[in-house]
Amino acid sequence: MIEQSVLMQLIIILPLLAIPGIILFSKWPNLREAVTLIAGALLLIAVIVFYQNFDAGQAAYVHWIELLPGLNISFRAEPLGVLFSLVAGSLWVVTSIYAIGYMRGHGEVNQTRFYACFAVAISAVMGLAFADNLFTLFIFYEVLTLSTYPLVTHAGSDKAKQGGRTYLSILLATSIGFLLLAIVGTWWQAGTLTFTQGGVFDDSTSTVAASVLLVLFIFGIGKAAIMPFHRWLPAAMVAPTPVSALLHAVAVVKAGVFTVLKVCVYIFGIDLLRDIPATQWLLYLAAASVLLASLVAMRQDNLKKRLAYSTVSQLGYITIGALLASQAGILGGALHIVAHAFGKITLFFCAGAIMVAAHKTEISDMRGLGKAMPITMIAFFIGSLSIIGLPPAGGVWSKWYLLMGTLDTHQWVVMIVLMISSLLNIAYLLPIPLRAFFPGAGPQGKDFRENNKIIRLERAQIKEAPWPSLVALSLTALMTMVLFFWPHVFYELAASLAGLSGGING
Amino acid sequence: MIEHLPILQVIIPLLAAPICLILREAQLVRWFTFIASVLAFSVSILLLQQVQAHGTLSYSLGGWDAPIGIEYRIDLLNAYLLILVTSISSVALFAAGPSLRNELSERKETYFYVAYLLCLTGLLGILATGDAFNVFVFLEISSLASYTMIAMGRDRRALWASYQYLIMGTIGATFILIGIGLMYMMTGTLNMYDLAERLPEVQQTKTVFTAFAFFVVGVCLKLALFPLHLWLPNAYAYAPSIATVFLAATATKVAIYVLLRFIFSVYGFEFSFSHLPLQEILVALGLMGVFAASIVAIYQTNVKRLFAYSSVAQIGYMILGLGVGSKTGLTATLLHLFNHALMKGAIFLALAGLVYRVGSVHLRAFSGLGKQMPWTMAAIVVGGLSLIGVPLTVGFVSKWYLVLALLESNWWPIAVLVLMGSLLAVIYVWRIVEVAYFRKAMQDTAPYKEAPLMILIPTWILVLANIYFGIDTGFTVGLSEQISEILFKGAK
Repeated sequence: MIEQSVLMQLIIILPLLAIPGIILFSKWPNLREAVTLIAGALLLIAVIVFYQNFDAGQAAYVHWIELLPGLNISFRAEPLGVLFSLVAGSLWVVTSIYAIGYMRGHGEVNQTRFYACFAVAISAVMGLAFADNLFTLFIFYEVLTLSTYPLVTHAGSDKAKQGGRTYLSILLATSIGFLLLAIVGTWWQAGTLTFTQGGVFDDSTSTVAASVLLVLFIFGIGKAAIMPFHRWLPAAMVAPTPVSALLHAVAVVKAGVFTVLKVCVYIFGIDLLRDIPATQWLLYLAAASVLLASLVAMRQDNLKKRLAYSTVSQLGYITIGALLASQAGILGGALHIVAHAFGKITLFFCAGAIMVAAHKTEISDMRGLGKAMPITMIAFFIGSLSIIGLPPAGGVWSKWYLLMGTLDTHQWVVMIVLMISSLLNIAYLLPIPLRAFFPGAGPQGKDFRENNKIIRLERAQIKEAPWPSLVALSLTALMTMVLFFWPHVFYELAASLAGLSGGING
Repeated sequence: MIEHLPILQVIIPLLAAPICLILREAQLVRWFTFIASVLAFSVSILLLQQVQAHGTLSYSLGGWDAPIGIEYRIDLLNAYLLILVTSISSVALFAAGPSLRNELSERKETYFYVAYLLCLTGLLGILATGDAFNVFVFLEISSLASYTMIAMGRDRRALWASYQYLIMGTIGATFILIGIGLMYMMTGTLNMYDLAERLPEVQQTKTVFTAFAFFVVGVCLKLALFPLHLWLPNAYAYAPSIATVFLAATATKVAIYVLLRFIFSVYGFEFSFSHLPLQEILVALGLMGVFAASIVAIYQTNVKRLFAYSSVAQIGYMILGLGVGSKTGLTATLLHLFNHALMKGAIFLALAGLVYRVGSVHLRAFSGLGKQMPWTMAAIVVGGLSLIGVPLTVGFVSKWYLVLALLESNWWPIAVLVLMGSLLAVIYVWRIVEVAYFRKAMQDTAPYKEAPLMILIPTWILVLANIYFGIDTGFTVGLSEQISEILFKGAK
């Protein structure tokens, strides 16, 4: 059997190994896609095997290079990282299947560049998941930003360029302006950047300094889309839907909240978090972000934009979980990484399917679509349930623990915000599948402008999504339900993380 | 042979220059110059090994001992910079053939190489010597040679740029001369280490203060500290591309070396920073340079001028590191001397390739080049990422140390400003990326081919060096920390 430390490195490097194959076979699309699929399948097997042999007491540790004196690029397996690697690793192959249907159905160009950049981004996510210290994490964090830029601006149009500008400027401004400062500040104050149980700061750091650092971290982790640094997420919707699905529902945004959780648990430590005044204010900020983003989502008619603001709101849940500074909060936050990933990716897959098969992007155009695209709409319904937090979808459990966390820490305001937000989720998500199946009085058949030609599509002529996309979205919808009935795998990892964090029990 | 290394370092290019005149034929002259530069590079490596093994080397010119005779003194600081200057010089010369053949007429090519060698002599002489007046002599040699090189540029404005640089450079050199003269007057010696011993007695006199002030201002003009940088943008923009590569990567670094040498080894850190408000001035001007130059760079349409202003901003960072006045700050400055040379060397070499094919450095001309000249544009992108300070590039390493130094000295507002400056770099780099990759190529011309291999290969050598020294920082960081330690310890 492969040793854990070797397997860990393999998981990080595997996507990169696919790139030469992808570039080599650029003239033969089927071979090229086969390379991606094989790499994705191998990665899935690798992360599952790694999880099965994962033992928190004897975690795998690898040291690559000491870049600067005392600052290493090194990796260590720990529960949250394994959880994240499972989520991203399993969804890469699914998204690749989806992407094949989408990119070909949509007639996209530059597909080689697409698949190659995707591979780099996934590799960066794996490196980030297993990072042993803030320095390594920062390196992969920046690589992720840069490697996803070509994906966001894939279309090459002016709109894509503008969207790319917003994307890059906000992510780089937060990471260079705040996050790097926070990291150097941590290095200066604590003398180490390694993720340690209970945090790295000792009594020599004043609460003022720790507060400043926490604020810098939370604002610096732009990928967690805390308001006001959230605008990059709707701007990134200009990307092809597979990008929006995997990266901006799963990889990039989860990298952000993953970093927030790691910083809260392993750099500050639950106890310090509870002591510094900044935590409360940041908690209110996250709660405000949750509420405001839900409200904005309700006003969006473009489906992808609505889902983007929904993501901003849901990421706020995880940040709240981290900042509650309790075991239940950490547990809920970590579980929500999983639940939201599978739920949101389903929703995005459906959005892309609707775009390719029915050429519709605005929600008001989607009445009665359920007749033509039943599977897609049912999957959308299930995904919505997960986001709202209703059985039989997996989102129930994460919401449960988050609410428990607010009760433990007596954060009544936050609790009310979470409950109102669930209601708002119902309001902006459920109407879509419901009106698709029960349109009521609505126009039948509409005009549609595509590529400067006017195509009239009668409802009867719309078929279901391309079959690879259909397979993918059905799989992820199924997974959300599986997560409801059998959450053990992820629950155990999350509980291990929460247990390691100390703090009050809940 | 070994004991003559210090003088050989300077003599090799000096003797090569007139021999080029004799050889006359451009191809021959080019290879001869390249060999001379590579020889100088080998000497510099040997010198570093010698210094690391035996400590500071001292060589008396002509056998006449210091302090009357001229002494060449090589310690870790100049050995480090000697390697930098000679290596960049050699890489640039490798690409020089096609680029110069394209930009200069054949007759001028030979003279260019002569001027190049004289400039190299001057720079190496400044680095190697231990005598204050010798510094001035070599400074003038290198300056006059660089005025000549710049004037040979294809654009008509090259002559004007060279003239502007000549006037300002001469003012700077005159100030330096006045400073040296006043120092000589008060101490009776020109040898730097003898000066260091004799200055403390006369330190509190107005004359010495004046000498220091003249000297520092003169050197700051040479190193293009804001607001004495006005000569730089035009000089870099209109000079022949290879001249820009060489000058951008070396000339200002050598001037910073002179500043460091005189502050630490001659006057002493105490005197320079406590008795005169040099620290505040350096920090303020450094910061202003970063912001003013970066903002102007954003609006440039001539890409060479854009990167020239970027250089002024980066010099601001180096001076900022010096101004912090701590060991970490000085380490950051020393690191950035090396790293910036790699960054700008790579970018300007890529631009040389671009000029070779496209003929223009106007931003408009970059449209669609992402597809037509992928390797050249990729080199510019990596260089740009290094300027921004993305991890795994050399720019990140210098930035880390600078921010750390500022935090250690409790100057965190300035740390915030430094990071904001990086964000300005994102803007001007991304302007180029957007034009190259998002705009369609201009319709009226045939598609451009990729730059010739002779230019592309040296470009990518420097680009890969950017990444290599960003990951394996042992050489640069190790030496910089050592030198910083030595300079602070030896400071009186």
